[in-house]
Amino acid sequence: MHDADPVVAAKGLSVVRAGARVLDDLTFGMQAGNITGLIGPSGSGKTTLMRAVVGAQEIAHGTLDVLGLPAGSKRLRQRIGYVTQTPAVYPDLSALQNLRYFAAILGVNKAEVDHVLKIVDMQRIGKQLVGTMSGGQQARVSLAVALLGEPELLVLDEPTVGLDPVLRKHLWELFADLARQGRSLLVSSHVMDEAEQCSDLLLLRDGKILSFSSKQELLDKTHTANVHDAFLALAEGDR
Amino acid sequence: MSPKKTLATSARVLKQLSHDHRTLGLLFVVPLVLLGLLAWVYSGNPFMFDVIGPALLGVFPLVVMFLTTSIATLRERRTGTLERLMIMPVGKLDIILGYALSFGLLAVIQAVLASTVAVHLYGLDVAGPAWFLIVVAVADALLGTMLGLLASAFARSEFQAVQFMPAFILPQFLLCGLLVPVDQLPSVLHFIANCLPLTYAVDAMNLVARQSDLTAHMFKDLAVVLAFALAAVLLGAATLRRKTK
Repeated sequence: MHDADPVVAAKGLSVVRAGARVLDDLTFGMQAGNITGLIGPSGSGKTTLMRAVVGAQEIAHGTLDVLGLPAGSKRLRQRIGYVTQTPAVYPDLSALQNLRYFAAILGVNKAEVDHVLKIVDMQRIGKQLVGTMSGGQQARVSLAVALLGEPELLVLDEPTVGLDPVLRKHLWELFADLARQGRSLLVSSHVMDEAEQCSDLLLLRDGKILSFSSKQELLDKTHTANVHDAFLALAEGDR
Repeated sequence: MSPKKTLATSARVLKQLSHDHRTLGLLFVVPLVLLGLLAWVYSGNPFMFDVIGPALLGVFPLVVMFLTTSIATLRERRTGTLERLMIMPVGKLDIILGYALSFGLLAVIQAVLASTVAVHLYGLDVAGPAWFLIVVAVADALLGTMLGLLASAFARSEFQAVQFMPAFILPQFLLCGLLVPVDQLPSVLHFIANCLPLTYAVDAMNLVARQSDLTAHMFKDLAVVLAFALAAVLLGAATLRRKTK
């Protein structure tokens, strides 16, 4: 279901932080209802790109439109769910208290709190203080917050890092489910085997796009069998 | 701005604190202990306690609330929850006022507790009405809260936030008229003292300690303290950024 209008459209997007060009002249259009993997090594600019999409990062040059509006628009604040690398939730509140607060801020019905808690499979320990939870559990609380209000676009920054393999599999199934419901997901990872789960891939290296295409096109183009080898082929050809 | 979101924020901050019994205990007990210590120090000379006690009754809650508020809001900035809120449909003032309301409530409890104990247990003798003493103590604690909110905007780490206490508060303490009456200060310092909120807080306390009647002067001092508190809240909200460079 490729929509005509891209969910995220960047034209000549550059971001400069502390004098350094962190993102350099990016142009791409992310399709609706897809899981787009943002793949690249640490320091390649993944987090900066995600922060620009959610409207937390100032843009130096170019344009960035999200759901048809300039990134950071007031009207987008209800429509994007964002999960940062480190869980952005209150450690001195329970999971339920965290969710109820963010639900109040988003103006979302309280019944939805139980719904998202169930989605991330945390309903049994909803009353536990987040600070006493394991890293994986904290990450799931943070994800649950992002799911509140059924946002059309989910921006997930390394959501599975450090999680146990069973939980990782469970989360990727959840992402696929969400995409089937027509939501769009931008998921970053530096783990190449996770890239295999995405329909489209944006490979980023040193703030530049190495490749942006569907996964199949990437493998065909590089004559490789997996994303890891494709990345290597492109990065070495780029030198 | 939405009152609903302001109140939700304020309830959330209070819930966070309710899980931290030790902080709450320190918040309420420390000013009481300090005032008790002061009363003890001057036990041989109760007249001096009546002179200095009211001024310090204004200073102690201010210092405690300044530190607590600046660290609490700095934590919000550093855990990423503030960035998360800033991309959500919530006003900057909702967040700052939410903090101001919850810490303001604590400040009120603390100031009422400290002034009641000072008057009834430690035998602090003031010429003016005790309720005005309490009102000024509450205003001072509120001022401490709002200055703490503002100071946290300029701190990048907990270390810096703690250092802001001596940087923001101690100069005011030296110039507020407690050590040397303000009108006897060198003229440059006199001018500076007149620009600092603590000067008015201590002046109001001294007046109520010495004069039995409420005067317009006292209410003017009180109004200046509250105006500084309000200005600090608005400046605090103005320092919040939705986008970083």
